[in-house]
Amino acid sequence: MTTGYAIELKDLRKSFGNTEIIRGANLAVQQGERVAIIGPNGAGKSTLFNLISGRFGPTSGEIVLNGKRIENLRPYEIARLGLARSFQITNIFGRLSVFENLRCGVLWALGYKYAFWKFLADLRDANERAEALLHMIKLDAKRETLAMNLTYAEQRALEIGVTIAGGANVVLLDEPTAGMSKSETARFIDLIREVTVGKTLLTVEHDMGVVFGLADKIAVLVYGEVIAFDVPDAVRANARVQEAYLGSVLADAQAAEAGARSTAAGA
Amino acid sequence: MDATAPAAQPVVVRPPGRLPPGRLLVWGGFAAALLIAPLIFTSSLAVTMLSQIGIAIVACLSYNMLLGQGGMLSFGHAVYSGLATFVAIHALIGAGDGSFPVPVTLIPLIGGFAGMFFAVILGYVTTKKAGTPFAMITLGLGELVFAMSLMIPEFFGGEGGVTANRVVGKPLFGLTFGPPLQVYYLLAVYTFICTAAMFAFTRTPLGRMLNAVRDNPERVEFIGYSTQRVRYISFILAGFFAGIAGGMYALNFEIATAEVVGAGRSGLYLLFTFLGGATFFFGPIIGAVLMVVSFTLFSELTKGWQLYLGLVFLFMVMYAPGGIASLIMMNLRVGAYKKLGRLIPWYTALAVTALVMLAGGAALIELVYHLQLGESLDPKLKFFGLTLDTKSAMSWLGAAAVALIGFAMFDFVRRRFARVWGTIQGEIEALTARSREAR
Repeated sequence: MTTGYAIELKDLRKSFGNTEIIRGANLAVQQGERVAIIGPNGAGKSTLFNLISGRFGPTSGEIVLNGKRIENLRPYEIARLGLARSFQITNIFGRLSVFENLRCGVLWALGYKYAFWKFLADLRDANERAEALLHMIKLDAKRETLAMNLTYAEQRALEIGVTIAGGANVVLLDEPTAGMSKSETARFIDLIREVTVGKTLLTVEHDMGVVFGLADKIAVLVYGEVIAFDVPDAVRANARVQEAYLGSVLADAQAAEAGARSTAAGA
Repeated sequence: MDATAPAAQPVVVRPPGRLPPGRLLVWGGFAAALLIAPLIFTSSLAVTMLSQIGIAIVACLSYNMLLGQGGMLSFGHAVYSGLATFVAIHALIGAGDGSFPVPVTLIPLIGGFAGMFFAVILGYVTTKKAGTPFAMITLGLGELVFAMSLMIPEFFGGEGGVTANRVVGKPLFGLTFGPPLQVYYLLAVYTFICTAAMFAFTRTPLGRMLNAVRDNPERVEFIGYSTQRVRYISFILAGFFAGIAGGMYALNFEIATAEVVGAGRSGLYLLFTFLGGATFFFGPIIGAVLMVVSFTLFSELTKGWQLYLGLVFLFMVMYAPGGIASLIMMNLRVGAYKKLGRLIPWYTALAVTALVMLAGGAALIELVYHLQLGESLDPKLKFFGLTLDTKSAMSWLGAAAVALIGFAMFDFVRRRFARVWGTIQGEIEALTARSREAR
């Protein structure tokens, strides 16, 4: 059953004990779309990512990745089908160098699996790809630095690097810019845009500036339901969304600023 | 203590199959040391010790595949080396009576396959879990196997164990493997090959993913790897090398008793791997040497040697959790920046105060031991030329005073030293940061 969608959620539900966090979420993301998922705190955005990436199993409903049901698969099986995710709290290999982190990320995709009869140093394709990633996330100078000794912004960049290393065509980024300064965020958004060219991107984001600057479409999640899924302007005009979420002055200000930024970039 | 973390080896682009000169030197040195050692230490005790060191090196390195490289704290590694010892002993018996014709030189390899076999079976259950449950399962399995070893005397030989004779079959190039020196060289060959193989493992995809599983098992699952599978395969390989160590043991001692699968031996692997340094590949080698030396030499010096060992372990866990290997590497780093000279007075002061503390503490320990064991014969005991008396308050008070004063001085020096050490590390950080910017 090929639907042409990269990711499809069908009446997805998840309960923790008696609390239903995801209450029948529906979403269908086209190949190559960049989707920002927004919603108030506790709306279930991170839970949704955890369900899609296999960290938790859903209580009911379907998750379809490139036409394949994945709701009962383990995280590594989902990763092998071409879905990668990053984490809100940096989740890298602290005692390995930046380069080793990236190389770990590429190994499975290049088919090296659990090989213990080959030397890493001889895997030309893996090493070249790790080098290319290193350059892409602009950490060339930190090649041999242990991941735990990086600055926060560098760790966030490495987090993205490890996420995209396997060449997955569906990428989930969970608050990639959380905790970054304004200037770091701006640079980081450019980086994300650059490294996810041609991929389907889902991102959870709080910063409205980032949302309107990055996304083709916005999905609004409120109390475990997707109440709107459309292009940014349509979502901004949506009455339900305004009521639930976007009405705040702060959000408007951030959005306006993002508009100015993208105009400046265009000129 | 961030500085204790292993520096990740830079990826050297080299033509396949050729070693960089530095590493060639290290491995050549290791081979030469194995080759020359029995020519320098020629006494029969020394040769026996060297053989035991070889066995311990393989065992501790295989243990460190779990602990240092995989973050798996096993309390039952002796199960794999020990069961392999029993299988190897039976193979040796079979070789002797002709029912299982196998050359003596291959006995350790048979041990290896035995260790691997048991790791395949028991490891499947063990590696389903990580962290504390993993440790608990290894502990439980260790107890289980030890209890079983006393229940099945047909295989384990009961209290007396199983004995065999390694001089079997036709001599190979005139070698019977009867004399300890011939056995030593056979074991040295196994030690070298196994060490090289285990080092090679750290540079393979599985070896690296095992590090990743140690650092962050959760993330590993999201980049396509099953952490359970990574742990399981690594566990089997560690079992294989532990088994080789067990087979080497069988060949060296020609006896297997229940003790070889016991929790005590598993604990020793853990203790000495940690003392040597689990964060560096060569750490367990240092630990293995220490294990044999302390067992054969320190145990001659004092009855309370295990108590001293416990104290040393305690101090290491508290002050140098990276083990001896990390102490060496940290000082090499300081030396590389030519700052070691500033530390030497501090090291001297630390050593002197530690010795004072140790002298007092040791006097107390010896007094207590003497009270327990030797007093009925004579209340006096000799302690480094001094005569202590368990009946004299002066001896007790004097020892306690020396220990306390030693501790106070040591702690005083240690605090100051820590400050100097921190300053030097800061300077090195600044230097490396500057050189990075210059690049």
